[in-house]
Amino acid sequence: MGLGQILAKRVGYGLVLLIAVLILNFTLITVAPGDVADSIAGDMGGADATVMAEIRERYGLDKPFLLQLWAYVSKVAFLDLGYSYFYNTPVTTLILEKLPATLLLVFSSQILAITVGTLLGVMAARKPNGFVSMCVTFLSLFGFAAPVFWSGILLIIAFVSIFPIFPVGGMSSAIMEGGFFARAVDIAYHLFLPMVTLASIYLALYSRLTRASMLEVLGSDYVRTARAKGLAENKVFYKHALKNSLGPLVTVAGLQFSAVMSGAVVVEAVFNWPGLGTLALQSILARDTPTIMGILFFSSFVVIIVNIVTDIVLRLIDPRIRSS
Amino acid sequence: MTAGPLLSVTDLVVDFKTRAGNARVLDHISLDVKEGEILGIVGESGCGKSMTALSIMGLVPNPPGKITSGSIKLGDQELVDMDIEALRKIRGKEIGMIFQEPMTSLNPVFTVGEQIAESVRLHENVGAKAAHARAVEMLKAVEIPEPEARAHAYPHQLSGGMRQRVMIAMALSCRPRVLIADEPTTALDTTVQAQIFDLLQNLQDETGTAIVLITHDMGAIAELADTVAVMYAGKIVEKGKVDRVLSHPDHPYTKGLIACVPHLSANPAAISERLMEIPGVVPALTDLGTGCAFAPRCSEVITKCRTDSPRLFETQPEHKAACWVAQKEMT
Repeated sequence: MGLGQILAKRVGYGLVLLIAVLILNFTLITVAPGDVADSIAGDMGGADATVMAEIRERYGLDKPFLLQLWAYVSKVAFLDLGYSYFYNTPVTTLILEKLPATLLLVFSSQILAITVGTLLGVMAARKPNGFVSMCVTFLSLFGFAAPVFWSGILLIIAFVSIFPIFPVGGMSSAIMEGGFFARAVDIAYHLFLPMVTLASIYLALYSRLTRASMLEVLGSDYVRTARAKGLAENKVFYKHALKNSLGPLVTVAGLQFSAVMSGAVVVEAVFNWPGLGTLALQSILARDTPTIMGILFFSSFVVIIVNIVTDIVLRLIDPRIRSS
Repeated sequence: MTAGPLLSVTDLVVDFKTRAGNARVLDHISLDVKEGEILGIVGESGCGKSMTALSIMGLVPNPPGKITSGSIKLGDQELVDMDIEALRKIRGKEIGMIFQEPMTSLNPVFTVGEQIAESVRLHENVGAKAAHARAVEMLKAVEIPEPEARAHAYPHQLSGGMRQRVMIAMALSCRPRVLIADEPTTALDTTVQAQIFDLLQNLQDETGTAIVLITHDMGAIAELADTVAVMYAGKIVEKGKVDRVLSHPDHPYTKGLIACVPHLSANPAAISERLMEIPGVVPALTDLGTGCAFAPRCSEVITKCRTDSPRLFETQPEHKAACWVAQKEMT
């Protein structure tokens, strides 16, 4: 099968999955107790039954469930995710405004975790009983055991309170001058701690995984062949062995992506990062259902895209997958 | 002797530290290979054939293995304890190696052309294009059809025989002075085996590369090799010119090995109606006694065999055997 065919197939599956997610989200949220009328009434300081019914009628909440579902799904098909009663803005606009911040956090932390994790894993595999290997073992224990919010708070205490190096939260300084470059630096400066926090769990996972798969690959005949050619150890490790060890890493990184997205919600809350997580938290508290569903929809969309990309990367790494 | 040996192994001792104790996997091995010569090393699995090859390449897995003493000389260069950087310039350049398992010895994620070209670029100061051209040329030399197209193939797209040809192409790509072939045909079909042996023979005729052929195929030894060394339990028990050793084996183990071959007529007396076998198994290297390691399986054993380990001695000019019985018959 060619790459085009594979891609078409995956995109097809992705679309079906996306529709399923949409229906499930809508059903779950409708079934959950409380709706936007309750929330509005709460803000008004209480309202009687007639007012409540009026609100529900205005937002179409009195219609039969299936009709509401149909109306929602057909709107989403044209990329209209509804209107947020809480923010008084179309949900799509709202999300597109917050999405870049989350994607920045998620992708930068994943890139950090994958590169540093892989490097540590390879170094650990070179000397399975050496210092780096011990560090990797310790780090992975810590990374697995420590909840993200806790390690985030710990980092804030260390690098904001005790050593005031980094800002406590937010994405950019309140007063900002200078051009594009100065702003980019400012954002990177704010990004550092949340990125490290979110990366810590995955760094542990990836370094562990790389170490294990490298150790397996290093016993292979082709590694011996590489040495018999006269290749330097660095090349043997980083070229011949590593490329063969990347398969499991890429697979796991792809699968973990949805977990990273949900981890981002917590990290955003801890560092007051103005992304989808913060938005999600606020809309849940406000029972702003269109926004919540919109965020869930976008998150699933991103996860599906990442999974397709994972498949493609795997095929690029391993020619055996390409021809099977 | 017309010329000094190209590759010369002298009193090589390799020990492996295992939980069961120290295992002497190579016990005072001495071998010489001259330019343009094929030396065959035969013996059962675990007798130290492959370890001899790995020692020459400096690839003895360490830990647990270690070259305890002895010398390996390529020309005037001593390879034992050589600086790793210098040794790397010899690996692949001066000494090429082909391994037993063509199915797994090539890296699955690089094309065969890339893998051959990598060797060339490593040892010769040539650009990517020239290296690729050499790779194609080598594939052609090992008689792979459509070498230009095959250079872009991944190992899994080739058959076992093809992969072994690629391995040979890779090992010979820098025109090494010595080629070590460690059971190059064990994993292949019989017909393909014959092709690979023919190929090795032809390439050797063309290039004059010395070949160390490790095998347990006595037929291949008879056909290809000039000299042969028979190994048992980490020792060389008999060595000499192939014609001589195969027609007049002095060591009972060599006699047994020859008798095990169904169609070999070099020693008609050894062929009985039943296919012969050597009873028993190779002893564990961790509990070798003081006597001859082959004594428990030997049909000609005498008292001395159980107490003293025999050393190689000359039964004929350029023919040595390590056997008390053979020695007794001489005197």
